Amino acid sequence: MRRFAFVVRGVAWRSIHNTIVSPSIIVPSIVFPLFFFAAFAGGLSKIAQVPNFDYKPGYTAFQFTFVFLQSAAFGGVFTGFAVARDFDSGFARRLLLSAPARGGIIVGYVIGALLRWGITGSVVTLVALASGMNVPAGPGDLFALLALGVLFNLVAALWAVGLAMFLRTEQAGAVIQMPVFVVLFLAPVYVPLHLLTGWVHSVARLNPATFALEAARGLLAGTPTDIALAFGLLGGSIILWAAFARRGLLSAERAAG
Amino acid sequence: MGAEHASALEQIGAIARRSIVRTFRQRGLLVFPLLFPLILFAINGSALGAATRIPGFPPVSYRAFALAVPFMQGALFVAVTAGVDLARDIETGFFNRLALTPLRGGALLLGQLGGAFVVACVQAVVYLVVGVASGVGIASGAGGALVLLALSTLIAFGFAGLGTLVALRFGNGEAVQAVFPLFFVSLFLSSMALPRNLIKTPWFHDVATYNPVSYLIEGVRSLIITGWDGQALALGFGFAAALAVISLGASSLAMRSRMART
Repeated sequence: MRRFAFVVRGVAWRSIHNTIVSPSIIVPSIVFPLFFFAAFAGGLSKIAQVPNFDYKPGYTAFQFTFVFLQSAAFGGVFTGFAVARDFDSGFARRLLLSAPARGGIIVGYVIGALLRWGITGSVVTLVALASGMNVPAGPGDLFALLALGVLFNLVAALWAVGLAMFLRTEQAGAVIQMPVFVVLFLAPVYVPLHLLTGWVHSVARLNPATFALEAARGLLAGTPTDIALAFGLLGGSIILWAAFARRGLLSAERAAG
Repeated sequence: MGAEHASALEQIGAIARRSIVRTFRQRGLLVFPLLFPLILFAINGSALGAATRIPGFPPVSYRAFALAVPFMQGALFVAVTAGVDLARDIETGFFNRLALTPLRGGALLLGQLGGAFVVACVQAVVYLVVGVASGVGIASGAGGALVLLALSTLIAFGFAGLGTLVALRFGNGEAVQAVFPLFFVSLFLSSMALPRNLIKTPWFHDVATYNPVSYLIEGVRSLIITGWDGQALALGFGFAAALAVISLGASSLAMRSRMART
């Protein structure tokens, strides 16, 4: 157990250290969510005037929840990029050879993703509050919203780390990122679910990200809805993608010899 | 025929042929830039459908309104492809070897953009065909569709010039990739998602008004949803031409300086 914790601590420390000291890593992961927040909350605010748009805290809060979860997801995705980079540079191979408990590598990277999101999520939240976002939620709701973000980050991190371990090249960046991007944008990003029409509405109704997003919006508005379902789906996804990441690690181990 | 005897056109042709062949050999680089804007178009065209119910929104489907966006996104990807390809030539030393030949700098620059130009043309045709197949009518008719292709290709050429400028200035592909988000920001902070008169947030409205990308999008969009709008087209072509002239002019200077260093 101590050896496992040793690996976890080392990998997580390296992951967050690399993030903080490399502007080329930290800047995009902060700028991207902010830029989506500015573009959506600023550029599309008129959408709140669409008949039956009924989100009481307003369009800024409506978009904040999306960007909050998006930043959580991309905290995981960017960590997947880092894993792929470690394979390209040869570091991951040396890590696999030297780590006394290899399962700790996945946990270390995932904790690194969580710490990375701790930075970007905080910045996004501060900017949203500074821009005058309404927050009718109580402390319990906010805590649940934070927990939702943490689980969302874990799901994305396990997916990205697992896939990076399967593919083991930086060129896999688009393959890691694209599905997350598509799943996120197939949720009710711009308007509530009931205002979506056509095929996007049909897909969004079944998209797990929709349940997380709707639950997050309910929590921020202080009117929690379908919380158990959202947490249940995220918990199930974590189990699924943890198994996927474990298989990715086994694949990388086989490749490392 | 030795390069010292080859005309400028022959020199451009030789470099362009290589650029085109190389671009089409990298299928991964072709497919992603082609698919990504189409995926966003498919999603946003439907997801933002409710925006048509905002008072003052043009009387067209959101899909028709949004069709201009893939042309712009495609142009941004062309910029990155052009820049990364040139940066790779610099990094691998191929550029240095070319610089030792009597090849003219201008021919090298225009030739390098050959691959980007072909990709831009292919992308524009694909986006137009997909748009029409998804039920979007071109208000300006068949002639307008041709003008749309010309305008979008000119825009892509202008952005490709920016990509080569970054590659020549910094000499590495990572720098080109790093600049890409800035290009993307310029797209999102424009009238991409809503007409400018419907952008409520004052700072965003001001940024979109001063952002030349708004006029590029509105030029393309006017052909799709309005018909022949002289002002929108003049602004669209004017900004696209200015972008091409400025980016290629700056690239040309950067090319001269890099060749001198070689």
